[in-house]
Amino acid sequence: MSMLAAGEAPQISFAERIWRINWALVLILTAIAAVGFLALYSAAGGRPEPWAAKHALRYAGALTLMLGVALVHPKVWLSLAWPIYLVSLALLVAVDLVGKIGMGAQRWLVLGPVQIQPSEIAKVAVILVLARYYHGLKPEQSGKLLHTVPAAALILAPVALVMVQPDLGTALMVLMGGGCVMFVAGTRLWAFAAAGLAAVASMPVAWTLMHEYQRRRVLTFLDPERDPLGAGYHITQSKIAIGSGGLFGKGFLHGTQSSLNFLPEKQTDFIFTSFVEEWGLAGAAVVLALFGAAILIGHSVALRSRHHFGRLVAMGVTAMLFLYVFINVAMVMGLLPVVGVPLPLVSNGGTAMLSVMFACGLLIGVNVYRDAALPRAG
Amino acid sequence: MSQRLRRGDSERSALFTRRALLLGGLQLGLFGALGARLYQLQVLESQRFTTLAEENRINLRLLAPSRGLIFDRNGEPLAINRNNFRVMATSDRGRGADLVVDRLDQILSLGEQDRARLLRELRRARNAQPVVVRENLGWEEVARLEFNAPDLPGVFIDLGQSRDYPEGDLMSHILGYTSRVDKEDLGGADDALLRLDLMRVGRKGMERQLEEDLRGRAGAVQVEVNAVGRVVRELDRTEGQPGSNALLTIDLDLQRFATEKMKAHQSGSAVVMDVITGDLLALVSVPGFDPNVFARGITQSEWKELLDSVERPLHNKAIAGAYPPGSTYKMVTALAALESRAIDAWTRLPCLGFLELGGLKFHCWLKGGHGGLNVVEALAASCDCFFYEAARRTGVDRIGEMASRLGFGKLSELGMPGEVAGNQPSRAWKQEKHGKPWQHGDTFNLGIGQGYMTSTPLQLAIMTARLANGGYEVQPNLLLARATPREELAPPTTVRDKPTAPSMRLNPQHLALIREGMNQVVNSGHGTANQLRQRDPALAFAGKTGTAQVKRITERERDLGITQQQLPWHLRHHALFVCYGPVDNPRYAVSVIVEHGMGGSATAAPIGRDILVETMKRDPSRRTDRFRKMAQR
Repeated sequence: MSMLAAGEAPQISFAERIWRINWALVLILTAIAAVGFLALYSAAGGRPEPWAAKHALRYAGALTLMLGVALVHPKVWLSLAWPIYLVSLALLVAVDLVGKIGMGAQRWLVLGPVQIQPSEIAKVAVILVLARYYHGLKPEQSGKLLHTVPAAALILAPVALVMVQPDLGTALMVLMGGGCVMFVAGTRLWAFAAAGLAAVASMPVAWTLMHEYQRRRVLTFLDPERDPLGAGYHITQSKIAIGSGGLFGKGFLHGTQSSLNFLPEKQTDFIFTSFVEEWGLAGAAVVLALFGAAILIGHSVALRSRHHFGRLVAMGVTAMLFLYVFINVAMVMGLLPVVGVPLPLVSNGGTAMLSVMFACGLLIGVNVYRDAALPRAG
Repeated sequence: MSQRLRRGDSERSALFTRRALLLGGLQLGLFGALGARLYQLQVLESQRFTTLAEENRINLRLLAPSRGLIFDRNGEPLAINRNNFRVMATSDRGRGADLVVDRLDQILSLGEQDRARLLRELRRARNAQPVVVRENLGWEEVARLEFNAPDLPGVFIDLGQSRDYPEGDLMSHILGYTSRVDKEDLGGADDALLRLDLMRVGRKGMERQLEEDLRGRAGAVQVEVNAVGRVVRELDRTEGQPGSNALLTIDLDLQRFATEKMKAHQSGSAVVMDVITGDLLALVSVPGFDPNVFARGITQSEWKELLDSVERPLHNKAIAGAYPPGSTYKMVTALAALESRAIDAWTRLPCLGFLELGGLKFHCWLKGGHGGLNVVEALAASCDCFFYEAARRTGVDRIGEMASRLGFGKLSELGMPGEVAGNQPSRAWKQEKHGKPWQHGDTFNLGIGQGYMTSTPLQLAIMTARLANGGYEVQPNLLLARATPREELAPPTTVRDKPTAPSMRLNPQHLALIREGMNQVVNSGHGTANQLRQRDPALAFAGKTGTAQVKRITERERDLGITQQQLPWHLRHHALFVCYGPVDNPRYAVSVIVEHGMGGSATAAPIGRDILVETMKRDPSRRTDRFRKMAQR
C-alpha cells in the first residue's frame, strides 16, 4: 500500500475484482435468505406458494443486483450520492401527496406496474449522501458544529417525510442509521447528547402529534398485559410462540401458533417468531449468528477501506443491517414496541430485500475498491 | 500541506476506528441482550409458554346428546327432536364481533335486541364457545349464509336438534316443556352439559320428571382452532350417549277425545285411570298451552298472556287444582260410617230438606226433602241430610282416616312436579290453621265434601279406582316403560287382571253397598244421573255426581231463588262427576270437573259418561287390532 502514491487510482484487473468480492458475505446472505425460504414455506402451511417461491426468485434477482452494484466503482456512487438523495426526497414528497394507502399508512408509490416504497430508497440514500458529505469535508471540519448541522438536516428531512406517512419504524431506522454514520464520521459527542436532550424535551409534543395507533403501541409496549387481546395481542402471541419453541423447537412445519393463525403478519414482521417456534433457541442462535457474522464482515470492510467515503458507506450499511435485525428481533420478543420493521432477507417483501441487497452491494464494492483513491471534491 | 493533510487524515482514520469499534461493541452488547431475551423466553419461561400455546389451539367442545323421545302407550310420538339448522358464531372474547354482527344483521335482519344480545354473549363466551345467532333457519337463509361465508369469520351453520311436540297443547300438561338452562339449574349440579348454550332442560310434567333419563350423557370433541375460532381439525371425539326413550301410559286418541269433550267448556279437568294397574290413560286439563312456544323461546307478551289468563292455562288442574269434592265425597262418608258401624245397610235416616244444628240450618239440595233413605238410596239421590247425620255419627276423625286411605289429603306416588295434596281437614288442622276448635257444623260440611275439604281431580279418580277395584290401594302411574336407545322400547307384556297394590282390608259387603249406590246413580229411576244409562250391558257404568259450592248460598239468595246462571262465571258452582265401568267388572275410573260448570249431573256427568264409554270401547279386550298396531311398532 505504501507503494501507491496518494491520489493515484490503482488499476486492478477484473479477475482481481471478482476475487475481492466478499464471497463469505455472499454465502452468509444466501444462508439467511434460505432461512427466509424455509420460514415462508412453513408459514404458508408447507407450500411454496404464496411466499417462499417468490422469495427465492426475488433473492436471485437481488443477488445479481448486489454483485452488479459491487463492481461499480465508488467514484460513481460518490458522484451519484446527491442526485439519489434528492430523487428519494422527491419520491417521499410524492408518496405523502399521492401515495397508496396500505396498512393504515401511505407508503407505496405506484409507477405503472411497479410499486415502490420510497422510504426504503431513503435509507440507502441518506447513508450515501452523508458519506459523500463527510468525504468532502476537510478532516478537521468533521467535528465542527457548523458542519454538523447540515449533516443533521440531511438526516432529518427524510425522517420528517417518513414520519408523516406515518411509518415510525422506518423513520427511526433512517434517523439511527444516519446517526451512526455521523458518529463514526467524528461528530462530537456533546452534539449527540444535545440531540438526545432535545428529543426527550420534545417528547410531549411528539406524543400529541402521534397517531392513536402509535400511542397505543407505545403504551402496550410499556405494559403488554394492559390489553392482552387488543393492541398487546400480537406481542403476547409472539412471545407464546417463541417461548413454546423451547431449546430445539417444535420441528419444521410443526409450529402450532403460526400455522393456526395466532400470529399476525406471520410472513412479514413476525417471520422470526414463526421460524423460532419451529427451530427453537438453536435456530434463533443460527440466524443471529449469521447476521452477526455479516455485521462483523461489514465492520472489517469499513476498517480496511482506505478512502473515507468507503469507510462511512460500509459503516452506514452495517449499521443499517444491524438496526433491521435488532429492531425486528427485539420487537417480536417484546423488548421494543411494534414499529413494523421486517427481518431483512427473511421477511416476505420485495422492496426491503432490494434495498438491503443494494446496500450490501455498496458494502462489497467498498471492499473491492478498498484501495481506490477518491478526490475530496467529487 | 500534504503533510498536514495526511496527519489530519490519519487522525480522522484513528477516530473512525475508535468509534467504529465502539459502535461494534455496542452492537455486540445489544445482540447479547437479544440472546439473553431468547434464553429467558425459550429456556427459563418455556414451560409457561408451552402451556399457553396448548390452550391457544386446543378447544374442548361438548356435544349435546339427543334428548330421549316420549311416546304414548301405542307408540305415537309425543315429544320428538326435529332437525334444526342454526347459525352459530364464535369470537375470541368479542374481537371483531361488531363487524360480524353487522354482516349477520344485513343477511338475517337480526333487529336491535338480538344484536345487543349477540354482542354481549360473544364478549362473554369463554374459550371461543359458540353462541347461537338464530335457530330454525330456512333453506334460503342457510344458502345466503353459506354464500357469504368468506366475510363471516367464526360463523358457522350447525345442524342441531330442537324439541318438538307434534300434539301441541293436547299433551302440554303431561309433558311440560323444555327451556334454556337457568341459574337455578346450575346451582349444585355439576353436569357440564348444563353450561352449553344449546342445552335445554325439562320444565314441568314428564320432561321434568324424567329429566335424568331423557338428558343422556354429553359427548366431547377436541378440536384444534385458529385464532378466529374456526375449527381447523378434529383431534378426538367421544360420542355422547343419547337419552332414554319413554313410553307413557297415556292413550293419545283417548286423550284427544277427552280433551275435545272438555273443550266444550271454558276450564276443567278429566282423569282416566286403569283401576287395576293405576295407568293414567288420559290426564286432561283445559285450556292447555303450546309447549313448542317454549322450545323456540317464548316472548314476554306470550308469557304474560299465559300467566294472566283467569283460566290458568299453565296450571295442570288434574293434579294441581284443589276443589271442594262436593257430593263425590259422599262415598267416603258412607264407607267410613259403615266401616265404623255408625250405620249399616239397613239404617234409614230421615231427610226433611234441612237439618238444624244450634240454630243453624243445613239444607239438602232437594227443597222438600227425601223422606227416609238407606245408604244406597242416599247415594243414588245424593241426599245431603243423610250424610250430615251419617257424618255426625261417624265423627271427623274416622271420616278423615277413611279419606286418607282412599288417597285424600296427601300426594300420590305419581311423582309429577306440581302435584298438590288438597286439604283433608281435621281437628288438629283447624286448631292450627284457624285457632278454633272443630265444630259439629264442620263435620256436617265435611260429610258432603264442602267446607274446608278440597281435593284434586286425580285424587277423585284414585278414590273411584280404589272403590271399584275392591279396595286395593292402587297408585296412579304415567310411565309405562323406558329404555335406552339400544334397548327395545315396549310395554310390559304381562296382562294384569288383579291389582298388585296392597289391599285396604275393607269389608266387601260395605264396598258392595257403595258400588250399588253408585250403580243406582246411573242405572235406577231415582239416580241423579239416570239419563246417562247405557243400553249395551257391556258398557254399563256407575258414577256419582257432585256440585261444589264456590260461594256460600245465603238465606236471602235461597229465598229470592237466584239461579246459578245469574251469577258471574267465577262464582258459579263447580260441576263434578266420578264414574267407573264396566259396572260388573270395573276396569276404568274417570273423574271430571268442569270449573264453574254449575251442575254435576247436567254438565260434568255427560262428559264423564262419554269419556268412560269411549275408554271401555277402546279396551284391548274389545279391540284386538290395537295389539297388532302395537306389535308393529
